[in-house]
Amino acid sequence: MLDWEPGLATLYDKIWDDHLVGRRSDGVCLLYIDAHLLHEVTSPQAFEGLRLAGRSVWRVAANLATPDHNVPTENRAAGIGGISDPVAREQVVTLDANCKQHGITQFDIHDIRQGIVHVVGPEQGATLPGMTVVCGDSHTSTHGAFGALAQGIGTSEVEHVLATQCLAQSKARNMAVRVDGALPDGVYAKDLVLAMIGMTGTAGATGHTIEYTGAAIRALTMEGRMTVCNMSIEAGARAGLIAVDDITLEFVHGRPFAPVGAAWNAAETYWRTLESDADAQFDKEIVLQAERLVPHVTWGTSPEMVVGVDGCAPDPADAANEIQADSVARALHYMGLSANQPVTDIVLDRIFIGSCTNARIEDLRVAASIVAGKRVAKSVKQALVVPGSGLVKAQAEREGLADIFLQAGFEWRDPGCSMCLAMNPDKLLPGEHCASTSNRNFEGRQGHGGRTHLVSPAMAAAASIAGHFVDVREWI
Amino acid sequence: MKAFGVESGVVVPLDRANVDTDQIIPKQFLKSIRRTGFGDNLFDSWRFLDEGDIGVTPNERQINHDFVLNLPRYQDGGVLLARDNFGCGSSREHAVWALMEYGFKAVIAPSFADIFYNNCFKNGLLPIVLKEEKIDELFQLVAREPGFTLTIRLPDQRIELTDGTHVDFEIDAMRKRKLLEGLDDIDLTWAHTDAIRRFEVGYRTRRSWLFKD
Ligand code: SF4
Repeated sequence: MLDWEPGLATLYDKIWDDHLVGRRSDGVCLLYIDAHLLHEVTSPQAFEGLRLAGRSVWRVAANLATPDHNVPTENRAAGIGGISDPVAREQVVTLDANCKQHGITQFDIHDIRQGIVHVVGPEQGATLPGMTVVCGDSHTSTHGAFGALAQGIGTSEVEHVLATQCLAQSKARNMAVRVDGALPDGVYAKDLVLAMIGMTGTAGATGHTIEYTGAAIRALTMEGRMTVCNMSIEAGARAGLIAVDDITLEFVHGRPFAPVGAAWNAAETYWRTLESDADAQFDKEIVLQAERLVPHVTWGTSPEMVVGVDGCAPDPADAANEIQADSVARALHYMGLSANQPVTDIVLDRIFIGSCTNARIEDLRVAASIVAGKRVAKSVKQALVVPGSGLVKAQAEREGLADIFLQAGFEWRDPGCSMCLAMNPDKLLPGEHCASTSNRNFEGRQGHGGRTHLVSPAMAAAASIAGHFVDVREWI
Repeated sequence: MKAFGVESGVVVPLDRANVDTDQIIPKQFLKSIRRTGFGDNLFDSWRFLDEGDIGVTPNERQINHDFVLNLPRYQDGGVLLARDNFGCGSSREHAVWALMEYGFKAVIAPSFADIFYNNCFKNGLLPIVLKEEKIDELFQLVAREPGFTLTIRLPDQRIELTDGTHVDFEIDAMRKRKLLEGLDDIDLTWAHTDAIRRFEVGYRTRRSWLFKD
């Protein structure tokens, strides 16, 4: 049931085809799922549904769970008892119970391997090239960095995958995002993906799977590639992926869940084929020139509301039509900014370095290199570093990064989603501006009335010292 | 799942693009382990001036009287009229649960975000895509006529206005059938368990490194 011509297939076509079980009687495709990641927020109702229907988990070994959204980032020694909110605690307890009941491997709150599910999967080698990966979380697109087809799903679909090991869906269209050239110093994967979203808009890739190609993508580390794929969903794409190469294989080799010996060799032979054909057909293509990119900052309440650090907040008077003028005006009002206000004038109350977009070891290294020997500005009320996993945290401590952050006046926390979505006690107060390395600047995302500016770890680090946004290119 | 046939409802105009699921149901309500109890907190941070939490009832809250859902003429809304890219952001199905529990049976917009659109069909909420011009017209009609009501006939793929005119809409035939019959996705797939098993056997040989079990 190939819907592409031999020699013209995209990477997405190939992975799709490799997992196609068939078409259901209603015409919907069944796609076999290799890895299912679970966390505490979107799974309880799925397990409950399974129980009510009297079904069991189809393939227990395909599932891996860790609590991340609700866990506190302080006083971890207290374990689940340290979750002060009883409702949040019940959710983490419920994940524990569900995993125990079904025999699913879980890195629980005491486990050093616990962390944000999208940091943990790749770190463990649970995400492998060519896989189909799903999770009840939209940022599952992160895992596409490995040449895997990774998609965020809803709770009903979580139950569907638990029960049948399949996802029922129709195929998306193919979109290529090609980034030519090389990124300038001080400009990172985060800036690249923010620039792309600024170009496409938040719905520009709806109904498509993005493949990122081009020299600038090939030059990225796996961390950088994960940052880019992570934010595919912010352009509307359900998945974003990058072809496998030496960088991919080097990262995967030796990870706890990765194959070894003969199994590795067999896998590698297959993985080396995971790229689009030279003449692959894409339904849509956009091209960016890496050399022209600058550090980016979001000024508004949607990731597409983004400008270069040398730019200004827009003027509603310049908008293309009334609806857009209205949405610009509304966003400016919410953000407490005026039209044409330079980005570097934005004064920051809090700094958040964390989230599944930018809380990996490389992100922490970059941020630490900028704050080393300096002090967080007095006007900044709080500067947080929340590592993506317990293992990232331990490595950063071994490398001396934790000390650098602490000496600069940052707080050094335990892993979790934390202030990315403020389900735990880490949140913004109404009206506060935050330089955040996360992925969403929606109204209230980091706390009721909070104002989020999305930036790279380097930009967040520089802003923490200056107290307002600065062009990090001048600091390195 | 609840079947969808013919439904009528007062139209509530939400004149904003890119309404994300964080707005539809803010994160503090996601701590629940149940599928119900979200209706009172639909659009919580727009509907109320204070920050709500699980267990705090609406009558303990400060109402934002300017927000469309709180205007007397839009009480008992059943159809939500919205702009582009409705439901973007987080995959939380809680957004669909909240809309339905509040009383919405359908959402009409020029476009929807993928995961949200999908989640609608798992629960019996009908997302209708109409052209921008049609949406503009509807916004104007709603503004003009208090109590503006639409009747949606899914079998005919038709939206009827009270003045006797109608608007037709497109919907994937399979998705339509699923809603009409209230079919459960897992049940549909369950009928193919033999095919899944057969696939798994071949796949295990082909991609053996993925199977340690
Ligand atoms: S870090 Fe933020 S975006 Fe990532 S999974 Fe957690 S809440 Fe979602």
